[in-house]
Amino acid sequence: MTTSRRQFFGQAAAVSAGVALSAPAVEALAAEPAPAGLVDVVFEVNGERQKLRLDPRVTLLDALREQLGLVGTKKGCDRGQCGACTVHVDDRRVLSCLTLTATLQGKEVTTIEGIADGDDLHPVQRAFIDHDGFQCGFCTSGQIMSAVKVVEEREVRTDDQIREAMSGNICRCGAYPNILEAIKQAKAGDR
Amino acid sequence: MTLTPAELTSAVSGGIGTSPQRPDGNLKVRGEFAYASDLWHEDMIWGATLRSPHPYARITSVDITEALKVPGVYAVLTADDVPGRNLYGLEHKDQPVLAVDVVRYQGEPIALVGADHPETALRAMKKIVVTYEVLEPVVDMETAVDDTPLHPGGNLVRHVPIRRGSQDVTAEVVVTGRYEVGMQDQAFLGPESGLAVPASDGSVDLYIATQWLHVDRDQIAAALGLPQEQVRLTLSGVGGAFGGREDLSMQVHACLLALHTGKPVKMVYNREESFYGHVHRHPAVLYYEHGADHTGKLVYVRTRMYLDGGAYASSTPAVVANAATLGVGPYEVDNVTVDAYGVYTNNPPCGAMRGFGAVQAGFAYESQMDKLAEALGMSPVDVRVRNAMTEGSVMPTGQVVDSAAPVAQLLKLVQDKPLPAGTSSDIRELPGGVSNTTHGEGVVRRVGYAVGIKNICFSEGYDDYSTARVRVSMVNGSLSAAVHTAACEVGQGLVTIMQQIVRTELGIERVTVLPMDTTIGNGGSTSASRQTYVTGGAVKAACALVRDKLAGRTDIGDEVIDETTEWRHRATEAIDPVTGQGNAHVQYGFAAHRAVVDVDVDLGLVRVVALDCAQDVGKALNPQAVVGQIQGGSAQGLGLAVMEEIQTSGGKVRNPSFTDYLIPTVLDMPPMSIDVLELADPHAPYGIRGVGEPPTISSTPAIVAAIRAATGLALTRVPVRPEHLTGT
Ligand code: FES
Ligand code: FES
Repeated sequence: MTTSRRQFFGQAAAVSAGVALSAPAVEALAAEPAPAGLVDVVFEVNGERQKLRLDPRVTLLDALREQLGLVGTKKGCDRGQCGACTVHVDDRRVLSCLTLTATLQGKEVTTIEGIADGDDLHPVQRAFIDHDGFQCGFCTSGQIMSAVKVVEEREVRTDDQIREAMSGNICRCGAYPNILEAIKQAKAGDR
Repeated sequence: MTLTPAELTSAVSGGIGTSPQRPDGNLKVRGEFAYASDLWHEDMIWGATLRSPHPYARITSVDITEALKVPGVYAVLTADDVPGRNLYGLEHKDQPVLAVDVVRYQGEPIALVGADHPETALRAMKKIVVTYEVLEPVVDMETAVDDTPLHPGGNLVRHVPIRRGSQDVTAEVVVTGRYEVGMQDQAFLGPESGLAVPASDGSVDLYIATQWLHVDRDQIAAALGLPQEQVRLTLSGVGGAFGGREDLSMQVHACLLALHTGKPVKMVYNREESFYGHVHRHPAVLYYEHGADHTGKLVYVRTRMYLDGGAYASSTPAVVANAATLGVGPYEVDNVTVDAYGVYTNNPPCGAMRGFGAVQAGFAYESQMDKLAEALGMSPVDVRVRNAMTEGSVMPTGQVVDSAAPVAQLLKLVQDKPLPAGTSSDIRELPGGVSNTTHGEGVVRRVGYAVGIKNICFSEGYDDYSTARVRVSMVNGSLSAAVHTAACEVGQGLVTIMQQIVRTELGIERVTVLPMDTTIGNGGSTSASRQTYVTGGAVKAACALVRDKLAGRTDIGDEVIDETTEWRHRATEAIDPVTGQGNAHVQYGFAAHRAVVDVDVDLGLVRVVALDCAQDVGKALNPQAVVGQIQGGSAQGLGLAVMEEIQTSGGKVRNPSFTDYLIPTVLDMPPMSIDVLELADPHAPYGIRGVGEPPTISSTPAIVAAIRAATGLALTRVPVRPEHLTGT
């Protein structure tokens, strides 16, 4: 096993004064209403209630990465062009870079960090490992979050339908054939 | 007793020749693998880069006064703040860390801002006042050498001539052509990012996504005016590379800001900045003349090629040498004339991308082979097989190919594969897809072939090596190994390969891969398809030292066996500057493709229906990773064939986004049937042959050949876009 990046930075911290991965914890919101220009949003992320006070222009992607320390969701373009930032909002897949956090009041958000059951990987995560559905892995969080929904979508059956349904997720490493195999495995297990 | 690797392969699982799970796989599927852009440090500030809007201009003044007043700004730095040498570069030190007096490409860094928030940095950048005297840019690679000199030595970066055999022989059948290759981008999905952490003694730690830690370090130290040991690099998670991380991007910038402010500094490029922030694949113009006898045997090949290096040299000299030495392709030709020119222009700087010079030449010579086949009335495969190189063939450089070169076999393998079922009536399987542009009308299906050659490892006498350390100790009552190198994992799976080698060599199943950093010696570059060869060789050699000390023991008590060694491949030679003769390359790799395309000839839409490949890899240390490399390389070749190009006008980039720079999606990527040959190279560790690049070379011309066959058009330029097919 390679040292995980988390562990590795834990070790590196000793020599280089505290490099860490997680962003600062969200401070509890004050009871008074948000100051001018900011909004309060209460929503659920991976089953946990989150209250954020933020600039209404902040995307869900930035809120996840910069405010909630959930950096598993990746920013490949920030413009809705690559799919690396795919998450689920109320059970539908969305591009978090095109979603304003302020619109999520009362919604449920699931990210790549929220689909495994402890040490037990989600079947789609397992299938990506079994079929080596990635190289660099930068697209993988988004691919898996998309694939989880594609596996659930019963009307998506043939290879061509899966391709169509996955066409919003770019993989520059070109792991597409293996991604397709992984989704087929997960679909077979799901039936 | 000495255990041999063969005996041990069967003793532990996950050794070479198998496809064990990647050690980073679990983290990657859980979103827990920390890429450079995920790094965070308490107390860190953000760096941003002010870039030139002009491809060529004189800087008459830079005023940072107002920018410094923005609350939250810690520093605004210009060239005056670079304490060491303000010039760097992989081969020529010609590129400023921050521009002085002149900018030579759009996007050239001029100033840096360090601020408490990325938006503060942006606001401050807008307050930096730069005045320019805009100059007429040099943009034409064919005339650049005679145009305004952009550097003190003029605009010729390198001319590589090759003269072999007769220079004025004639032939019965002659075909000529002029070919163009557009500027391709690596477009790795994880944009450039790094975190620099200053230490109290004036040294700095940099966590960075790169392809070569030590050469980064050396260039950073020179620019900072620090001894090398005061600059420490650690590889962070890398979101793809493909050559685009061989040159420096923000490495020096982040360190400068960190040392200047005393704060940890994070820099992350957004997608648009990434297009300006790294070198691209050289666009090229290539003139070819092929002469053959009536049997199709090549008599001569003559070529003159231009490769546009853009504003700075980067790796242009080596790219030009590759294009030249591999310029006739995997064919036997006795009489060769090559003149390859790499030039400076005011276009974006170009350097390494997967295939490195061999891609540009490959598109041109394979197009020529098809033209020759047509002129002779031969099939494209037959004319290639007629001239195919084999082991013992002589390169245009005079170098004898001294291991397997199964060119004809690879072509026959792809030719003999079953063809896909006929054109479908399902719109999803037709060009245009669910845009519903056709139900089959106007669609023509054709087949194209190509084969390519790539040099593996660094060439022309470069003293290349890698360093590996293997440590063995007892953990929970059994032997456990750790392997440490500075060789960069960029997604290709080097971490898996290193584990596999240690398992096979030592019979120890539990192998930890330590973080890659500069506390160990140079691991060399993750490029030229060389890491499995060179770092793999180093790990194997370190294991041999450990094995001697282990002496067959399975319990070593409290002892720790810790061995570090450097490993080199056999030496190469410089090529003669007049004749281009010399044993320039370590090894050659070959791949062949057969493409099947459906073309909607009315609308100019192309769908690649199948893209089959055969490649010799010497020995597949990890068969699954080998196939992954072939798929990925083929996909990037497909991109160059039909969609990928950075379009410039007057030196300005017109499409720096994924909306306008298109990358193949899963819809564009056809099923691939792949044959992997394992013809061992006796000179290489385990007989391996570098894998990553060869498939990128032949997939482009195979696809274009099929489109030509479908349309009857000459198609001398890639990427082929719909308007090239419809003439509109
Ligand atoms: S980051 Fe959201 S689609 Fe690319
Ligand atoms: S695995 Fe690298 S982009 Fe998909």
